[in-house]
Amino acid sequence: MFGWEFPPHIAGGLGTACEGIVKGLAYNGVETLFVMPSASGDEDQSATTIINASDVEVRNVSSTVDEFINKVKFMYVDSNLVPYVDPDEYFSAIEQMKKEGALETSVGFGQKFKFSGKYGANLMEEVARYAQVGGTIAMQHKDEFDVIHAHDWLTYLAGIAAKELTGKPLVVHVHATSYDRGDEKHIDTRVLDIETRGMMAADRVVTVSDLTRNIVINKYKIDPSKVVTVHNAVDFSGRENLEVERGVKDKVVTFLGRITFQKGPEYFIEAAAKVLKRTKNVRFVMAGSGDMMNRAIRQVARLGISDRFHFTGFLRGQDVQKMFALSDVYIMPSVSEPFGISPLEAMRSNVPSIISFQSGAAEVLKYALKVDFWDVDAMADDIYALLQYPALARFATRQGFDEVNELKWNGATAKLKKVYESLLNQQ
Amino acid sequence: MKKSVCLYFQVHQPTRLRLYRFFDIGKESHYYDDYTNRTILKRIATKCYLPMNELLLKAIKENEGNFKVAFSISGSALEQFDRYAPEVLDSFRALAATGCVEFLCETYYHSLASVASEAEFNHQVLKHKQAIEHYFGVTPVAFRNTELIYSDAIGKMAHKLGFKTILTEGARHILGQRSPNYVYTNDICERQKVLLRDYALSDDIAFRFSNKAWCEYPLTADKFAGWIKAKEGEIFNLFMDYETFGEHQSADSGIFDFMAALPKAILDAGMKFQNPTETASKHKAVASLSVPDPISWADEERDLTAWLGNELQQDAFNKLYGLQEKLSILDDASLWVDYGHLQESDHLYYMCTKFFSDGEIHQRFNPYNTPYEAFINYMNVLSDFIIRVNNAIAEKQ
Repeated sequence: MFGWEFPPHIAGGLGTACEGIVKGLAYNGVETLFVMPSASGDEDQSATTIINASDVEVRNVSSTVDEFINKVKFMYVDSNLVPYVDPDEYFSAIEQMKKEGALETSVGFGQKFKFSGKYGANLMEEVARYAQVGGTIAMQHKDEFDVIHAHDWLTYLAGIAAKELTGKPLVVHVHATSYDRGDEKHIDTRVLDIETRGMMAADRVVTVSDLTRNIVINKYKIDPSKVVTVHNAVDFSGRENLEVERGVKDKVVTFLGRITFQKGPEYFIEAAAKVLKRTKNVRFVMAGSGDMMNRAIRQVARLGISDRFHFTGFLRGQDVQKMFALSDVYIMPSVSEPFGISPLEAMRSNVPSIISFQSGAAEVLKYALKVDFWDVDAMADDIYALLQYPALARFATRQGFDEVNELKWNGATAKLKKVYESLLNQQ
Repeated sequence: MKKSVCLYFQVHQPTRLRLYRFFDIGKESHYYDDYTNRTILKRIATKCYLPMNELLLKAIKENEGNFKVAFSISGSALEQFDRYAPEVLDSFRALAATGCVEFLCETYYHSLASVASEAEFNHQVLKHKQAIEHYFGVTPVAFRNTELIYSDAIGKMAHKLGFKTILTEGARHILGQRSPNYVYTNDICERQKVLLRDYALSDDIAFRFSNKAWCEYPLTADKFAGWIKAKEGEIFNLFMDYETFGEHQSADSGIFDFMAALPKAILDAGMKFQNPTETASKHKAVASLSVPDPISWADEERDLTAWLGNELQQDAFNKLYGLQEKLSILDDASLWVDYGHLQESDHLYYMCTKFFSDGEIHQRFNPYNTPYEAFINYMNVLSDFIIRVNNAIAEKQ
């Protein structure tokens, strides 16, 4: 299994999902070797064996990969490539790289490449190097695995290299696509190219939702018969909900996530203004940061609701739990969301949630309220209803809590195991 | 009649807010960054207020009463002196005792009350007047509004409170071809005299003094006196921030030497010093000046856009002064103190988005990285304050 990150050192949701998957697979009797660019040694290896690509010497592996590497221009990446990265960290990495100027790097064969394993400015180079090393690792462990599984475009080239060298079946796992990261005019064609190659080369494409499955089929033109949806799950084991003393008496409606186009922040603000016209005892919180944040602040000021609409900036660690504990309604008005794990966390924290139909989570959550992201009237109605009708809020809270506790990786990975089995039976 | 020079220095320090997060709303009602406020005040006291006061005191003594200066010290600054650097108050008292120093009146909290609410304006002006009487034993009779904000109506409000002299900016768009170097009257309140800042001469000291790219660099006191002497007009109002001396223009720029030499250079050139009230009473007004819309001494625009130019500032301002009515029925001292500090115009100034023209000067005094951060922090504080006001109202009923 090729991943990019693994807890505890993660920038976003991808690493958490990978941990859930390897643990779930272990529960279902599937052993995994988990390759990652830069392991730090404090990963939990109870369910998987972690291979640190930074420890492996580079070999000349695959013509496909070498061809790709020759084409890679080692330039800094100037668009928001990855959906899971903390934007503050991302921007500072880019700024740093701009200051230092373009990178001059080359790695000879027989050398180790030190990966950062982050989503930094030399991401493209790391992706290409990772493919080289990935191929080498696949050859070294040739007799230990049956299926290759690669998570998101960062690892697809490694997956392709491994498949070419070992002839074993490849599964690529689509957690997000370029079409979820920005509007179509601003897609990074280098990423799109890698995604397409990965999906084309794969024997199976696993998507985190039917929404993503449709994108894979319609935009990437992948044969529907090899695209399978395995919905995400979430591991709440060992988690206690926080008890936080409230400062404000008003009800709190929370948006938590990156403040970017695809998360739909402006629809939330419009809905907030509509709710405030009808009731005063409510506050709205936009927690997170991102390239639309300043625009969102201006929008709030222009609507004259800034005494009722608060921004917290990017929240880390405990503050996320604290924010949920202070919330009465959670909202995820995403324009395009492959899955969207945050409403599950909100519901687990006893916060009833409103999510857009344009999210993968909407396919599995029966007890979340659902609206179209653009339908701010419906959004305002739902917010108002959850605030004003305690029976509804209680129902959504209780049922939602039970519902998300059932969304376990053990179930999701059983489905994944079936995908593996179908591939092995073909051979 | 001899040409006269009027020096007035503005002394103000904002009560900077601490990092106040959403999580604090309703829980924590201490809003101020005491450590930063104390640190900055002590630094400026050492670099500017104390050495400059000493220099002025010496100049007054040496010139046997012929050298005069005026100050306006905001209530916020007075509070900080009292708390963190009482020796600064002592040195101002020593200046007051010479009789050559005039203290002007302003809104206590260096606020924009003049464009928000007459009741609040009156309240703060009287509060400031009492503070000046308390600290310096003199009653101010001339008025300068926050950042020299002035309009006909603002002048009239001040006149109703007894101020027959008011200071403002000699803004080009108001004066047209006329000169700032004469006394004018308020267009809708003829008995009030208006003194206009000569921004060219003032900025030669305040902004250009240490600029080596300036064609007049280096500026000497004799050269400067020569310019005034050669310029047409009766009065020359040099109004600037007191922090110019030692803070904006560092000591090694020679600014202190310049100021030490200036009194004698002016007097030797056959001119004299007059304080604002004296200037207004001894000179006849040449015309009335119509200022229907507020002007100020800030930025190129000389208007209110540094504080109320964007939607963030306008919303914060509206929310703040939307509380006026509620507060008017409350007599809770701690609420009134916070309401005052939250009115300090600096908080709005930090939200200014005029990055590209006057951004540099804005950035220099700004504790926030971006106007957005300033806005978010301020609104979080204000939200807590609003909760307290509403609670107090609920208790009363």
